[in-house]
Amino acid sequence: MMLNRWLLVGEWRSHIGQALVTLLAIAIGVAMGFSIHLLNSAAFNEFSAASKDLSGQSDLLVRAKTALMDEALYPQLAVYDGVAVANPVLELDIAMPGKRQARGDYKLKVIGIDMFRAAQIAPDLLGVPEEGKAMDRLADDTIFLSPAAMSWLEVKQNDTLSFHVGIQSVSLRVAGGLVRARSGQSIAVMDIGAAQWRLQHLGKLSRVELKLKDGVNHAVFKDKLEQHLGTSYAVVELENQEARVANMSRAYRVNLNMLALVALFTGSFLVFSTQALSIIRRRQQFALLRVLGFTRRQLLWQVMIEGMMLGILGSIVGVVLGYAIAVSVIEFFGGSLGSSFFPGIKPDINFEIWTALIYFVVGLGVTLLGSIVPALEAARAKPALALKLGSEDAAMKKTSFPWFAIMGLCLAVIFTQLPVLNGLPVFGYLAIALLLIGSIALIPHVITWLFAATVTFRRHIRMGAVGFLSLARLENAPNHASIALGGILASFSLMVAMAIMVTSFRESVDQWLDRVLPADLYVRTAAVGDLGGFHLDTQQIISAFPAFSRVDFFRTQQVLFDVDRPEVTLFARPIDRIDPRNTLPIINDETHAVIALDSLPENVLPVWVSEAMVDLYGYQVGERVMLPIGASTHEFMVVAVWRDYGRQFGAIQIQLDDYRTITGDSTVNTVALWLQANVSMQQVIEQLRQLPFGKELEISRSSDLRAISLEIFDRSFAVTYLLELVAVIIGLFGVAASFSAQMLARAKEFGMLRHIGMTRHQILLMLATEGGLLTSLGIMFGFLLGWGISLVLIFIINPQSFHWTMQMYLPWGWLIMIAIVMLITATCTALLAGRRAVSKQVIQAVREDW
Amino acid sequence: MSLNILELRNINKAYPQGRKVLDNLIFTLKAGEYVAIMGESGVGKSTLLNLIAGLDTPDSGEVLIDGVAISSLSDDAATQLRRERFGFIFQAFHVLPHLTLLQNVALPLLLNGQSLQHAEQMLDQVGLQGRGQDFPRQLSGGELQRVAIARALIHRPKLILADEPTGNLDPDTAQEILQLIRAEINANNASAIIVTHSHMAAATTDRVMNLRKDGLHPMSL
Repeated sequence: MMLNRWLLVGEWRSHIGQALVTLLAIAIGVAMGFSIHLLNSAAFNEFSAASKDLSGQSDLLVRAKTALMDEALYPQLAVYDGVAVANPVLELDIAMPGKRQARGDYKLKVIGIDMFRAAQIAPDLLGVPEEGKAMDRLADDTIFLSPAAMSWLEVKQNDTLSFHVGIQSVSLRVAGGLVRARSGQSIAVMDIGAAQWRLQHLGKLSRVELKLKDGVNHAVFKDKLEQHLGTSYAVVELENQEARVANMSRAYRVNLNMLALVALFTGSFLVFSTQALSIIRRRQQFALLRVLGFTRRQLLWQVMIEGMMLGILGSIVGVVLGYAIAVSVIEFFGGSLGSSFFPGIKPDINFEIWTALIYFVVGLGVTLLGSIVPALEAARAKPALALKLGSEDAAMKKTSFPWFAIMGLCLAVIFTQLPVLNGLPVFGYLAIALLLIGSIALIPHVITWLFAATVTFRRHIRMGAVGFLSLARLENAPNHASIALGGILASFSLMVAMAIMVTSFRESVDQWLDRVLPADLYVRTAAVGDLGGFHLDTQQIISAFPAFSRVDFFRTQQVLFDVDRPEVTLFARPIDRIDPRNTLPIINDETHAVIALDSLPENVLPVWVSEAMVDLYGYQVGERVMLPIGASTHEFMVVAVWRDYGRQFGAIQIQLDDYRTITGDSTVNTVALWLQANVSMQQVIEQLRQLPFGKELEISRSSDLRAISLEIFDRSFAVTYLLELVAVIIGLFGVAASFSAQMLARAKEFGMLRHIGMTRHQILLMLATEGGLLTSLGIMFGFLLGWGISLVLIFIINPQSFHWTMQMYLPWGWLIMIAIVMLITATCTALLAGRRAVSKQVIQAVREDW
Repeated sequence: MSLNILELRNINKAYPQGRKVLDNLIFTLKAGEYVAIMGESGVGKSTLLNLIAGLDTPDSGEVLIDGVAISSLSDDAATQLRRERFGFIFQAFHVLPHLTLLQNVALPLLLNGQSLQHAEQMLDQVGLQGRGQDFPRQLSGGELQRVAIARALIHRPKLILADEPTGNLDPDTAQEILQLIRAEINANNASAIIVTHSHMAAATTDRVMNLRKDGLHPMSL
């Protein structure tokens, strides 16, 4: 044990820089993973808890498949056998234009409650009026706000809060706060009658919360109630609600966690390369220890201890750093990490000891994984051979059997064909890991083949000592070269893959926006839940405008298809009957057929579904489906699949006329306007503003909507870029560490070269050439590998995670730029590490007699 | 042209810690002469070789190679001089493991921009016929030292510096190598300094000097 400690301390004392870089890489990898997990987990738990709080201590919820239900059901439920308390709730998100919060959301959740019922089920939601004004709780002009909402809206008790509902203004008095609200939770509470009236939802409820009598069997009760209510209603348990909240952000959270783990994965390459090179450097030292009586097991243990100590220290630092990062991010940027999944909350970061332990173990495991192959090699080496000159490159040979590499690559291809596991693209991620591992294992062989294939060609090239020595090293020491190349390959391929994926996604979204925003202007009323703000009369006023060449009306609603999943968005709009592709971004390929409308049987209504409906609900073109629209379900036929980047949980489109016929609802939420030629957009906007309800309209140019959409896209990818950057920096650390370790291992070579007449400049040039050649090879292979990984990301992981497909675009300019930056960075890194190669110490390195 | 290939004038050198290692050292080596330098470990033999090769600079005094003060040269010029006029043989051979024997031997030619044709012949000359495409790991210690000798002589240097060239070899092989060095030096009309602890090695030279704290002194074996 003492000898182990001596050897460990001695090694670290001599090469403290390398040990620190390795430790730092592990720490950063663990910190990224842990902080992303903490942030996601805190945001998710807080959002989930906030959602749960709104339902208080209820056992079940009854809601319609659409967003709203008729209040006539409430009295029936209140007296239904087994129900102790029924609590009617109207919950609406009210837009607060001009009051955008730091995290981007601008909707206030207003909850209308029956104070007497809510006191028994959700007492926290009760308003706290001023002393002596208890009746404010029942008043029709009052609203109670949570502290976060008051702070956000900059109002206090007795101030007036004004906003728009549809095209009408509403002013309410802030009567006080709430009994209890979560930190950062922006909610408001009103009397349910007042809410229905003032927010224009007369006779409507969002849900009825049920508390059952003691001893009632929940499952039996639920079955019985479901049968009683029919298919237009859903009876939801709390666990369904939790699953729904979890499903909403699951793919996003898992993808982000995976991306964070990439940093740790590249860190393991760094561990591998530094350990491998350190073992090559100490080959003779280990042989000596073996001669002195160290067993193979002791030697293996020694190298593993070194890795383990780095892993333990790095992981501890990583966990602490991860916690600090998570706390800082919450403080300065909120908990949403650029996504819009967790609006209206301000979570607190809790140090999760078990999760910290898991990340500690993952960090340690990755380090041990990076150490095991070099350790085995050190233990396996025969002392006599290890003492012999030139055996260094024979070391590590066993890391790269071609069959292992080829098997990895073949397995990766097989994995890309496997379906999702538990709703996640697990095999897709494994395929990427196998592609990376397989490709890196294949490198020494590819280098050997490459040099063998070009040997005749190279014979005809006359080159100087620098070029000759650089090429000879790559040619005859491919295993050494591949250790450094592994880091370059991993970093560059990940950069390429992410660049191709993000560009493909952005370009696809950009083109999609062209298709879905064809009009010049889009006009909406101040959004209140699913309310259709434009009634027939206002629609007619807008249609009559001479400035417009075309006016389309849209009705959107949220529809519940599955109690465990978020709602599906229903669009009712005019869709071109002759060629629906003029209206929708329809996919027409070998996987998705299109049915022409004129071939539909009579009385069959067409529905166009997004790709997510195919993935999540199994909808197929030609299939007849029952859709919960209006008060009951109606049969439609799926006629085509369209691409939707806006809603990953599904969207369907039907003709506006069909919607109106079924529901009798003639209101709409959005109006799309096409301007006549030679009409000024600004003038039209001013004219719209002069309408009686003009001030309450949200008017957006399609260019503005497009810009906002792309801004949201970029914001949601900001964390992705950051994590990618971290992975790349760790990769470059790896390159630097491996170059630096090679300098140490090659000190005698440089010493000899200096003796026989190589100048400092020539040695530096040789190292730069070696670094440049290695990096060029890394870039070449990295591009191919990155392209392969991007195929998996674009065509496997993205569709399986988010249920949308995209076209592939190669950002050539960007790729060339990062290739040049990589080449320069790696060459400079090699040069920096090479300063040691021209120092005086290398001249002493050839000495044997001291 | 001077008859002295090497002249050391009042060389003083101390280690960074301050310990004086060479004190007012004076020495000359005539063209074609083969001299052995012996001395205790740590007395400064390798330091002396580094000073002669221009790899280190004296604290005071001058090292003249063919009448040119090497310490007055820039690092690049000293390297150029070393490349053209010096040949080195090391105790641990120091051949590059990733180069073939032929490539190792041809290195000085490559650095001097000369034709590589002569390399194969040189390998034959040191007894390694037909082994040009082998790699160093396939050779014994004696064979490796033969490669190093071939490399030291391939570009016909004026001065060979050998640092314990037989230190890692068995007596029989050492004897063979020493004979080879002697023969090759004669054949190439080179001068040589061999730093050694071995009396057997020293006995093959023209003159033996003992390096002590107070300078170089002739010694008889």
